[in-house]
Amino acid sequence: MSHDDVLNPKQMPHDPEKATLEGKNKFIGFWMFLGGETVLFASLFGTYLALVRSTSGENTPEHLFGLELVFIMTMLLLTSSLTSVYAMYHMKNHDFKKMQLWLGITVLLGLGFLGCEIYEFYHYIHEYGFTFRSSAFGSAFYTLVGFHGGHVVFGLSWIVALMIRNQKRGLNLYNAPKFYIASLYWHFIDVVWVFIFTVVYLMGKVG
Amino acid sequence: MTDHTDSTSKHKIDIHKKEHKEEMIHQVISFTLMILFTFIAFGMVILEISSYFVKPVLILLAVVQVVFQLYYFMHMKNKGHTMPAMMMFSGIAVAILTIITFTTIIWW
Repeated sequence: MSHDDVLNPKQMPHDPEKATLEGKNKFIGFWMFLGGETVLFASLFGTYLALVRSTSGENTPEHLFGLELVFIMTMLLLTSSLTSVYAMYHMKNHDFKKMQLWLGITVLLGLGFLGCEIYEFYHYIHEYGFTFRSSAFGSAFYTLVGFHGGHVVFGLSWIVALMIRNQKRGLNLYNAPKFYIASLYWHFIDVVWVFIFTVVYLMGKVG
Repeated sequence: MTDHTDSTSKHKIDIHKKEHKEEMIHQVISFTLMILFTFIAFGMVILEISSYFVKPVLILLAVVQVVFQLYYFMHMKNKGHTMPAMMMFSGIAVAILTIITFTTIIWW
């Protein structure tokens, strides 16, 4: 049996993402990476909570944040999490085209989220003069939320790169783990956002 | 003989497809609940309910959402997740122990 037969069997196994040793290793390795990411964000949240009261002038969390935009962003990212689940559902049923379609929808929703975030930062800087250097609160806010935004950019580039690279290859046991891991990463980004909208925006408004 | 194996493997695929469909239904239900929790969280803040009550509830809602995300969307309820689950729980245990240790040391 050649290498190609192993990766393209006549009939795909039940869990294509974990059918090969490489896939299994990627799976464990990626969960470990997520452990490290959790520590990173935990530190950033800790910093934010310690500095959130160190404001300057009128630019306090209560004054700055608008819940409408945050609500829209939350809905966009939450829905994109569901659409990437749909993509993995089609991967498990070995339907490559539908998987690509749902990944495409996920990317569009992610871009929508990113657009809102860029608008939000632009708004703060130009309407309120609230920048990274305004106060300790400003630094902590832009670092935490910006790091999350950076993860969104990375996740989107990752998914788009996979979609383009495998467009003609179709689904096989070599790239199934890659798609699966990218979707796990995307869910993790949503997990972090759940805490950002709760701790930063909602609790910031409550005061 | 080949017909027979073909029909059994086709049967197997059908079973898997059904399983995937059931999993998908659970995922859609958990998505609906997550949307509901989000609405409750935003609603409580907009209605300006007392912050002593709202803050713990907000954190609780976030934790529940993350559990849904981990177990349904990131498939942790499926087989083969012993290792990640073990690492996660030991991490949480260490974190809780650390907090308890330092708060007691400082307080007493």
